[in-house]
Parts: sequence; C-alpha cells; structure tokens
Amino acid sequence: MGRYLLRRLLQFVPVFLGTTFIVYTLVWAVPGDPFAGKCGERQCPETFISLMTDRYGLNDPLVVQYFTYLGKVVSGNLGETFSGVSISEQLLNSAPITVRLAIVALLIQIVIGVVAGVMTGIRGRGFLDNLVLVSTLLLISLPTFVTGSVLQILLGVEWGIIDPTVSPEATWGELIVPGFVLGAISMAYVTRLTRTSIAENRRADYVRTAIAKGQPTRRVVFVHLLRNSAIPVVTFLGTDLGSLMGGAIVTEGVFNINGIGGLIFRNIAEKEGVMVTTIVTLLVLVYLLMSLAVDLLYAVLDPRIRYE
Amino acid sequence: MGTRAGALTAAPLALVLVLSGCGGGGGGAPTGNNATADATITIYGTNPPGNMLPANATDAGSAKMQEGVYSQLIGYAPTDGKPFNQVAESITTTDSKVYNVKLRKGWKFHDGTEVKAKNFVDAWNWGAYGPNAQLSATWFKQIDGFDDVYTKDPDGPSGPQKPATPSSKTMKGLKVIGEHEFEIALKAPFSVFTTLIGYTPFAPLPDKFFADPVAFAKAPVGNGPLKFVSFTPNVDIKLTRNDDFPLEQKKVKFKNLTIKIYSQQEAAYKDLLSGQLDFMEALPPSAKAGSKYKTELGDRLLTARLLSISTLTVPEYLPEYKNLDLRKAIALAINRDQITKTVLADTYVPADGWVNDNIEGYEKGVCGEFCQYDAVKAREYYQRSGHTGKITIQSNADGGRKEPLEAACNSIKNAIGVECTFVGATNFGDFRNLIDGRKLTGLGRSDWGADYAEIENFLNPLYRTGGSSNDSKTSNPQLDSLLAQADATAQRADAIKLYQQAHHLLPTYFPSIPVWMERGVGAKSTNLEAAQLNFKRRLEYASVVVKAKG
Repeated sequence: MGRYLLRRLLQFVPVFLGTTFIVYTLVWAVPGDPFAGKCGERQCPETFISLMTDRYGLNDPLVVQYFTYLGKVVSGNLGETFSGVSISEQLLNSAPITVRLAIVALLIQIVIGVVAGVMTGIRGRGFLDNLVLVSTLLLISLPTFVTGSVLQILLGVEWGIIDPTVSPEATWGELIVPGFVLGAISMAYVTRLTRTSIAENRRADYVRTAIAKGQPTRRVVFVHLLRNSAIPVVTFLGTDLGSLMGGAIVTEGVFNINGIGGLIFRNIAEKEGVMVTTIVTLLVLVYLLMSLAVDLLYAVLDPRIRYE
Repeated sequence: MGTRAGALTAAPLALVLVLSGCGGGGGGAPTGNNATADATITIYGTNPPGNMLPANATDAGSAKMQEGVYSQLIGYAPTDGKPFNQVAESITTTDSKVYNVKLRKGWKFHDGTEVKAKNFVDAWNWGAYGPNAQLSATWFKQIDGFDDVYTKDPDGPSGPQKPATPSSKTMKGLKVIGEHEFEIALKAPFSVFTTLIGYTPFAPLPDKFFADPVAFAKAPVGNGPLKFVSFTPNVDIKLTRNDDFPLEQKKVKFKNLTIKIYSQQEAAYKDLLSGQLDFMEALPPSAKAGSKYKTELGDRLLTARLLSISTLTVPEYLPEYKNLDLRKAIALAINRDQITKTVLADTYVPADGWVNDNIEGYEKGVCGEFCQYDAVKAREYYQRSGHTGKITIQSNADGGRKEPLEAACNSIKNAIGVECTFVGATNFGDFRNLIDGRKLTGLGRSDWGADYAEIENFLNPLYRTGGSSNDSKTSNPQLDSLLAQADATAQRADAIKLYQQAHHLLPTYFPSIPVWMERGVGAKSTNLEAAQLNFKRRLEYASVVVKAKG
C-alpha cells in the first residue's frame, strides 16, 4: 500500500511538468495580442506595449518563458498580471469560494442522488421510480444556465427568499442554491447510477445469503448492498469534483461568484498566460488527487481489491 | 482492510445525509440603505484592467473610481458636459497657445497636503514620460516639449530595438509660477484645450505619489469628493466621502460608495431589480429585448444624452469600397428609424450627421438626404457605382453589437438587392486588432464616445490624417487644413464655426457612414430618491439622494 502510494505520487511530477508545458504553449498559441483593446477605441501608446513586452519577457522564446515560469512556481512567487495585480492574491481569493461551492454541490449530489437512487433501486418499479426517472431526465436535459436563471429569478427577484447574487464572502448558506444548480445534472446521474447498481446487486448471491442468515434489512442494505454498489458512484463523484471546480463558469456567471471558473475564462480572454497555466495545473492536480483517492477507496469498499 | 473499515465508510455516507439536511436556510439577509447621510450605496462595476493611476485609466471600470477620487482643474456639467472651474480659479489665454492657470487656495488632498501648482505639473510630466508607459501618455501631446519626454520605438513595439531614453523628464511647456499658479504652453494653438484638461489623466497627484508610485497605485490618494478605501480584484472597490471637499456642486450626500464588480450584466440587473444594487449605467441585452426594461423599471429608469456617435467606417485601403456612389447607396439603404425602434429598443436614435446632437456646434441634417432611408434612391446610386460582389459589416459579436448590424445588413440587402453579411470577431480586442492592423475586409463598426464635450473631439481623432482613432485610415488635405486652422483659432466660438465647416466636408466623401446615436439608459434601485446618469454614462455622484427610512 505504501509503495503503491509513493509510486502514484511520483507519477504526479511528469504529469505536472507535461501539463504546465502544454497549457503554457496553448495559451500563447491562441492568436491575439494581450494589449489589443486595452485602450478603448484607440491603439495603445507604443511605449506602453514595448515596456510591457519587455517586463513580461514576451519576446523571449517560448521555452525560455516556460522555464522562467517554472522558476516562479518553485520560488512560490507567481508575479503579477499585466495590470499589476498579484496572481497569488487573486487565486487565494477565488480558490476557497470554489472549493466551498464544489463541496456544497458534491454534498447535494450525494445526499439527494444516493437517497433517491437507493430508494428507487430497492423498491423497483412503481410511482416513486417513475417520478425519479422523469425528474432526473428533466434535470439532465436542462442546461445549467436555464436552471440557474430560473431559480435566480423565482427565488431571488420574484419571491425574495435569497439574494439574486452571492456576496463577496460567499458563505455556505448563500452557496446552497448555486451549489444545487451546479450539481443538478450530476445529481441526476448519481441517482440513476445508484439506482441501477442497487437494482442489479439486489439479486446478487451475497445479498440473498445475508437475508437468509436472518440479518436485519437495514444491515443488508447499508453494509452489504450499498457498499458494493458504491464503486461506480464513487468513481463518478471523484472525477466530477474536478469538473465542478473548473467547469462552474456558467453557474459562477449567473450568481456572480468570484470563483476559479470565471477567473480562467477572463484570463484566457486577456491572455494572462501565467494565470491560466497556474489554475489549469491546480485543477489537474485536483483531478490526480481525486483519482488517487477513488482508487484507494476501491480497496476499502471491495475487500477483493488490494494494492501492493 | 477488513470489514470494519468497510463499515466505517458506510457511516460517513449516512452521516453526510443527516448533516447536510440541516445545512439549509440562512441566506444572506438583505441589508437596506437607511439613514441618508450615513448611507452606503452600491453601484455596478467591472474589473479594472489597469493599475488605476489617473494617466493609466482608460476603461469604464477604473473611471468610476477615478471620477470620485480625483478632481481636475475643470469639471463638467452632468447633462451637456459644459466645463466649469473646479480646482482652477481661473484659466486665461490670449492666443490659445499659452494658458495661465490660477488655483483655488486651500484645496486639500485626502492626506491633508494642499493641492499646489507643482502637483499638477509634476503629475502631467510623470504621466507623459515615455518610460513610465502610461496608457494615456499621448493625451499630453499638445503640450510644448512632449516630444522630449516621449520617444517613439524606432522599429515598432514588436521589434528588438527599444525606444531611446527621452532627453528630458519634464515638458518645457509647463512652468510653475507660484504656489498656486502655473503656465501651460502648447506646441501650437489649440482652442478647446481648456475643455480637454478635465479628463482623467490631467488629475493632480500628491507629493506622496512621487516617493513610491507603485505603492501609491495600490492605495491612491486624490483630491476628489470621495476617498479611496480598498480594492479587492474581481470583488469590489470601496470609497468613502471626503468631508473636507470644498466644492458644493460636486459634494456627495451619502457616506460610502461600493463599486461592486460583476462578470455579467445579467446578474447585476437581477440584483438591481431586487434592491441589492443601487445603480447601473447600462442594461443587459435581455432587458432591452422587446423593450422589457420599460415595464420592469418604471420610474427607476434613468436616461441621458450621451456624447456618442455610431458609424460604419469605410476602410480607405479597400478598393472595392472606394466609389462614392456605393458609400451613398449604403447610407441610403439603412433603415435607421426602424432599427433603432425595434432591434435597439429606443436606446438609440437615428444619426443625421457625424456629430452628436448634444454638442455645441451640432447642426441638423449634415448628412442630408443620404441618412434618410430611401430604397429607390439607394438602388439608383448602387447601379451607378458599378459595384459587384457582396458587402460585409465587421464588429465584435459580443455585448449586443451583432444584432443591430445584422439588421443593418438585412436592410441593405432588401433595399438594393446586394448580398450583405455580418462578420463577427470574438471580442473587442480581436476586433481592434483588425482595425489597427488595417485588416478590415469590409465596413467596420465604429462607436465613438467623446472624451470631452467639444465638436473638435468628433473630428480630429476620427477623420484627421493619422488621428488616434482614424479607423478608416482616411486622409483629406482639405479637412486637415480646416481642422488645423480651427485648432489654432483663439476664440472658441470662431473655432467652432471652422469645425462646423470641416463637418460639412464629410458628406462629400463619406469616410464613414453615420448610423445612430446612443441614448443612455440606466437604472436606479428603489433605495435611491434621485440619481442622475451623466453625459459620460456614469453616475453623477453629487446627484445621488438616498431615500429616507420608512
């Protein structure tokens, strides 16, 4: 187990180098000039462009720029954006909010998704099953933008239950509605995954054995059935956390949340290479860590899986 | 890993079910703005891309902060932009070339130091100095000695050579005469210079700035009606009232101002509707669609006459658009009335010339019959032009720019039966790149918002040879000489007459095709008793009256 963990962690190093290089190259491969449109309907003064080009080493070969960037990452000082705002400060402002939002969304997925999945999976066909199937279908077919705007207009503007947008502090309470919007589609998938998985395992031999041994239903469901049915759900949730963090652009825009998604989006448009590379790399690390966690969870959930 | 571990994982799952069940409720309680003099108002903002020094602020995001924190020599009346003296007690000139400026005594910066003549002179010199690379450096180009402090890059910004270090750090045209008096000598007479110096880059800077400009940019100290408190990137800019502000006219009647940064206008508009946001100077496209905003806002709607003009620029470097009859045909074929009423939902009105109608010196119908929709005549002119192929209109497609231009294209198509397509660029930056790099392939959108309320500002930058926003890259010697003559005229009234003559030249060669003029529409929340949208499409801070509680 220890050696396995070490091996996996060591693999992070080449992946980290590879992704940062690819992302860095890609950002600069996008056509466009970082200083175009900065001066309104006028061209920027030449002195401004020259100075910025020098200061940010934009005329250096890409490889040199990349290693300068790596040096900055290692030294822990990411420097400033073209407008002179500290990159680490912006990241530190946005990251906690995004993490909170992703956790809220993930919790909503787990709570509602798994409960609905377990209930329909165990009971089988019937009114509840149909209701869940239809409502999840509806959620999957609605784009996030629509769910978000509708909830915002109804709850925020019409009924005044919530504020239409999230305050800069972005407290847990405020993030419930945005978290629901963000997690809605995945929640529907979790429900369906759990339902199918439970329905399938319900007829498995070990469940029949457990029932035959005379174990109480609760123990059969939660210990035997749910634990073994959890593997596909856990896989899905693990990878989903990464996309919840990076892919929340739409939800963040609707509720004006100062999160990572919007930060990437704006900085791609402004060609802030260092910022984009840093965020994307962080997201890659989140994905890697989550997939490692998922793999380790497998061993916990299924005693037949062992890592040596 | 045995069964016990398995049981442990099932437990958190169950626990999570219970915990998050009670996590609900408790959304942020809405905080109203109650007592009027101590009230905080929140207005819509965008993330400032620059570092917010006066000579570096060219965007709407930082302008909102600049407007509160700094007061220039002159200020502008909110409705029509007429200049009046602010920090200046008097500005006098006999020849429009040398201006003598006397300052009011006792006007203080927020750090308590007095605003003196040297604060203006030093700030302007610093802003113009090439190596400081301020975005608005060229605003000082009229001043004698500008070329000594600002040197051009010999091989363009992308070339390996660097611009030579300027021979001087100060412009010889600026002379401090006394503590409260200085002189500005221009390179050549410029009759409307006194209107120009109310613009942001001409703000004074306190002595503190020159000690450490970088630190100052993070916590600016000005001399305006509001003091800087804090700036959190992507979140907000906070300002508070300067109780020692001497000028009654521009004093504010509330305590704190929060410029809240939004990434989308849509989100801000919903905050405004629910009273979380007090002011927006523009409305999102969804609110404008079908004139929905009129019913949604009622008496919370604010309107303003802006100093703007929208034209379609005709690139001089495209031979297929060279023909004057073709230009006239296109001008005739655009149904301005219909498009401004429907697609633009009355937020624009048809243009009948190249100058905004809110400007002194504006004349009705300079564009004449050519800016009146007439399909028959358009067809006639088109046939005479001998043009073949299609017409294109280019613009950035975002921010509601696409729809009216597509409508214009349709109008052209229907009127003269020529194919017309809208060619979109992804964003404003990309579009500006096309214009600056002479890469337009057809007509280009040109929306000009005047920097100051002078007819001069609608002509010099746009149509003079080498003008800073001469997007069509046009050059007309007759126009140039008229404009030069007007600039050099000492009396402003006489100068305006000459600018008018220059304006009349434009319909003889159509360097651009006037389409419409924007009418500003903004909105205030129910928390505000009064708020005025000014000619710059900003909130006139002094006009804000917060509603009393109850």
